[in-house]
Amino acid sequence: MSDKIKIQVEDVNVFYGDIQALFDVTLDIKSKEITSLIGPSGCGKSTFLRCMNRMNDVIDGCRVEGKITIDGENIYDADKDPVLLRARVGMVFQKPNPFPKTIFENVAYGPKIHGLASNTSELREIVENSLEQAGLMDEVKDRLNDSATDLSGGQQQRICIARAIAVNPEIILMDEPCSALDPIATARVEELMGNLSNNYTIVIVTHSMQQAARVSTNTAFFHLGHLVEFNATKQIFTNPSDKRTEDYITGKVG
Amino acid sequence: MDIFDITIVILAISTASYFFAVKKITKISNTNDIRPDSILSYYGKIAAIWAFVPAFSLLLFYSFLSPIFSEMVFIEKLSKIFPEHTESQLDLAFAQLQNVANGILENPDININRLAVELKSWDETSLAVRSWVVFMLLAITALFSYSRLTPKFKARKTVESFLQKLFLGAAVVAILITIAIVASLLFEALRFFEVYNIFEFLFGTHWSPNIAIRDDQVGSSGSFGMLPVLSGTLLIALIAMMVALPIGIFSAIYMTEFASKGVRDFIKPTLEILAGIPTVVYGFFAALMAAPFFRSLGLSLGMDVSSESALAAGAVMGIMIIPFISSLSDDVMNSVPQSLKDGSIGLGATKAETVINVVLPAALPGLVGAFLLAVSRAIGETMIVVMAAGHAANLTANPLEAVTTVTVQIVSLLTGDTVFDSPKTLSAFALGITLFVVTLLLNIGALTVSRKLSEKYD
Ligand SMILES: Nc1ncnc2c1ncn2[C@@H]1O[C@H](COP(=O)(O)OP(=O)(O)O)[C@@H](O)[C@H]1O
Ligand SMILES: [Mg+2]
Repeated sequence: MSDKIKIQVEDVNVFYGDIQALFDVTLDIKSKEITSLIGPSGCGKSTFLRCMNRMNDVIDGCRVEGKITIDGENIYDADKDPVLLRARVGMVFQKPNPFPKTIFENVAYGPKIHGLASNTSELREIVENSLEQAGLMDEVKDRLNDSATDLSGGQQQRICIARAIAVNPEIILMDEPCSALDPIATARVEELMGNLSNNYTIVIVTHSMQQAARVSTNTAFFHLGHLVEFNATKQIFTNPSDKRTEDYITGKVG
Repeated sequence: MDIFDITIVILAISTASYFFAVKKITKISNTNDIRPDSILSYYGKIAAIWAFVPAFSLLLFYSFLSPIFSEMVFIEKLSKIFPEHTESQLDLAFAQLQNVANGILENPDININRLAVELKSWDETSLAVRSWVVFMLLAITALFSYSRLTPKFKARKTVESFLQKLFLGAAVVAILITIAIVASLLFEALRFFEVYNIFEFLFGTHWSPNIAIRDDQVGSSGSFGMLPVLSGTLLIALIAMMVALPIGIFSAIYMTEFASKGVRDFIKPTLEILAGIPTVVYGFFAALMAAPFFRSLGLSLGMDVSSESALAAGAVMGIMIIPFISSLSDDVMNSVPQSLKDGSIGLGATKAETVINVVLPAALPGLVGAFLLAVSRAIGETMIVVMAAGHAANLTANPLEAVTTVTVQIVSLLTGDTVFDSPKTLSAFALGITLFVVTLLLNIGALTVSRKLSEKYD
């Protein structure tokens, strides 16, 4: 585990129209570790996550101020293309959202768009490799040409992870990836995240404090758009320094 | 009393029944200390229904049947006076008789006058009897239901089953009307095929329906091969779709995926205005502007364009269909979940890539449905082609020539002097049923295709 910093967030403010959703958020996210974001509903976790791959750009009326650098480059610089950024920063959403296409086409989608494979056998290799990494290969290898939407929720979510991996990103953002899954599927995804953190920097939003405690090295606690506390996960859960954090993790609010 | 007055009375009594029933049930349950089966208002509702429905149904029934009955009776009488009259002449005589009875016409014939007086008093009696029987029934059902209602009665269940029957009735009426229309179309078309060979109609390539209307006229015997007419319809519809489809779908894509809210709020109403323009306006736009424009454009390119070219009519029809396609496609594409679009954008796809690879495939069933509905519209559209397309039936695929369409032919067959049982008039029904079958097939096609496709993309 290196201590290299992958993402640096400085004084980020986000507005939806006139309403401010994030206030002066500043934090550093370490390379090849899992960082989790926790906090009550509506506190701005998803908004913050979307800042890091500029998905907020797609939302009408959303404005982001401040600076976010990845490997030292500000992703909000005028000459930076958000489309290219999103190939480097993959995203997995709360509700599994595989395309209504075959399993193969789902995973091949990103590589095709970015021209990562020069022929079909390379493409096949990328797809199989990604499914392998997502721990799904054994389950689906005989039905790559079946519709991805016929899979179970947990499998669909892992297809979405495989789909993100296939573009070969450096960072994977996950917005409550297990909230629609049963405990067994959740355990599988968590195990998968642990494996992936060897190669990728992962930021995960979660509602479950147990999950944050199980998977992440560092945890950020958000409250009403403010970053209240950011520290080693162990520290946050055993010895929070802020009253609001303590209330939240002991279940008094949220 | 006319129908309106009687209805008011029925409504008033029904309303009164409502309150009396509620009052009665309240009283019984209070004095005997029992809990009614249903909420009180249901007793009122069922009392009102019992008062209203039988009386009102009888009113409608009577009003519908009594003129038919009196016509039968008096035509019978007329036929005794004019034994040599044919059926249609008798119909005419009855119409005259009605006018005399109502004082609109005067007739010197003493027999007719006598009969007119008779008809008048018949009608008056019939009206009086109507009020009488309706009010009798109203009184009987209202009193009967009032006396029958007790707190034990399952009022809620009864109202529920009445409503179910009402809804079922509405559906049945809609279906029956459709069947009746199609059946009458079919019936007249069959009469046409008694005098004209069906295969010559379906596969003949020569359409010239001008035959002698009266027996003493001289003229050709008429030729009813519908292929050139159908091909003209399809050609114009094809041109229309070639205009409407790309513009409609692309503008829908722009609106759903690219336009900012402000722009969308401007474009959508604009397209709706386009949809609100009456087709007759499109018609003279096609005839007076588009057609000369294409003609002079053709001349400047050294091509001979007919002044009633299929191109002009088709292009204007296409413009008419644009809002139809764009608003349907807009709905369909808007219903593609945002999460799918986010998934694609999140993988680093551009908006256009997302539209092509995710939105369009997911929206395809709906788009195919929209397309086929639009084709049905183009095929059935009448006004534009009546004004801008030709009347001569050319079997051609050249859009620069004049062609005619099924709808144009139906209009010209049925306007002006017509005799109901001449093959010329009857052929309009054959064309009508052809049109109906073609659009029906398209609609069935639309349904099956979109079902097939949505299975694949579910
Ligand atoms: N698309 C949007 N438009 C307007 N306001 C939004 C939008 N998305 C989120 N918000 C607002 O921003 C705040 C933070 O939301 P979000 O980031 O989704 O919270 P969380 O993910 O922590 O539950 C909330 O008050 C929410 O109402
Ligand atoms: Mg959220």
